[in-house]
Amino acid sequence: MQSDIFQLRRRQAALFFGILAVLTYGAMLITEYSAIEGLVAIPEAAIWATRNFIPDGEAFERLPRILDKLFETVLMSVAAATLASAFGLAMAIMGANTTRLHPWLSLLARGIASVFRNIDVAAWALILLFSFGQSAYTGFFALFFVTFGFIVRVMIETIDEVSTESVEALRATGAGYLATISQSIIPACLPQLISWVLYMIETNIRSATLVGILTGTGIGFLFDLYFKSFNYSSASLVVLVIVVAVLLVESLSNLIRRAIL
Amino acid sequence: MALLEVEALTKRYGTETLALNDITFDIQPGEFVVIIGPSGAGKSTLLRCVNRLIDISSGDLRFDGLSVPSLRGRALRRHRTQIGMIFQHYNLVNRLSVMENVLHGRLGYKGLVQGILGLYTAEEKRDAVRIIESLGLSEQSYKRCDQLSGGQKQRVGIARALVQKPKMLLCDEPIASLDPNAAKIIMDTLREINRETGITVLVNLHQVDVALRYASRIIGIKQGTVVYDGHPDRLTSAQIHHIYGSEAGDLILDLSERYAV
Repeated sequence: MQSDIFQLRRRQAALFFGILAVLTYGAMLITEYSAIEGLVAIPEAAIWATRNFIPDGEAFERLPRILDKLFETVLMSVAAATLASAFGLAMAIMGANTTRLHPWLSLLARGIASVFRNIDVAAWALILLFSFGQSAYTGFFALFFVTFGFIVRVMIETIDEVSTESVEALRATGAGYLATISQSIIPACLPQLISWVLYMIETNIRSATLVGILTGTGIGFLFDLYFKSFNYSSASLVVLVIVVAVLLVESLSNLIRRAIL
Repeated sequence: MALLEVEALTKRYGTETLALNDITFDIQPGEFVVIIGPSGAGKSTLLRCVNRLIDISSGDLRFDGLSVPSLRGRALRRHRTQIGMIFQHYNLVNRLSVMENVLHGRLGYKGLVQGILGLYTAEEKRDAVRIIESLGLSEQSYKRCDQLSGGQKQRVGIARALVQKPKMLLCDEPIASLDPNAAKIIMDTLREINRETGITVLVNLHQVDVALRYASRIIGIKQGTVVYDGHPDRLTSAQIHHIYGSEAGDLILDLSERYAV
């Protein structure tokens, strides 16, 4: 009977929204949250934000210093992404089924990459603070580790997907291991590799802000400094500058992607 | 003296699965041998045992008097340079040009640095140009392989094998992904190479009618054992049905045309 299926769907939907309503109401009771007060506060908050967060003349006087720090942060993100990708590619070759030297070595490579990837960049920054203190190295290595873990993972998949067949062909010609990698895997995987490196540069610039707040370096430090000294207009200029920088880098990397793929 | 001597060759996967079971045959220089049999009979495994892309479990396989199962390192690479291989999916590096893919056939002869950098001598390049021309691909020489048709890609695969100056060609389902017209061109090319240069050809095929038309000898394989070995003229319809394990009349087959030529 067809009508039964529709009736069942309707009953499932009603049940779902019912449970959702109960959960919401329960949470509001426990936290003593009043929906009306919350809604009323919105216009007030908007007025306060526009009054305090719009960059003023004083903030724009600080622009050279902000741009200087931004440049430093962008360069660090690029350095972390490119260096980590070089190491990541080598590790991915160890880990990929097509090119691994030994199954256990492959498992090890995948395991290491998984650890690096699954610890969040903020957690890495905090861990590394112990070893490097408040220096640029802390931020650099935090970004480096996360990029490394990510690149290993995506390149393992790319290698196995793109080059299994041509690797077999080169092995059949008697080509050596390193020649097979440089003549078959690298040319076959290069566009994807470049695309992922660009993606990681974008991601790193975004996370560098947070890492900077934690480690006291780069543009994140500047934001933290202005924000904590109630200099909201300068802090918001920092945010604006970061947004513009991310958009610029993103459009630039899209251009590069279109050119190589 | 036989070019290839296979003696009691057995290939086991794990402890249970027997892919090849006690296979024995010789191939003389200049023969055009076609291996037929159903999917999963072990045809591909047998071919890959010859150039040791797959390790041999037990038995012996001698190529040009050299025992293959125990080969390691440089000796194994030198053995592979003597045998060109052609694949169902062409196994080219699609992002590279025809020329680069063809020259990959020389990598087996290269030392470490030359192999990694892909340095080829002027003579090797002249050879490649000549072979590309003889296969009618001159106009495509500098096109990327992902712009070619299936038949053209397979001819690039043949050129890559020929540039090795091999004594034998192994062809693993060379026409399984091609339309009938391109398939005929590829099979005619293989026959021409066999007749004019005397290179021994060993082909895996699904198509019995093609096997009957081109082979100077047919080997039938069923569940890892040889069930027929002899001239195509003596292969009866009943034997074909035995190889494929089918009821008479189930196969799409017309044996009458073999007497027409």
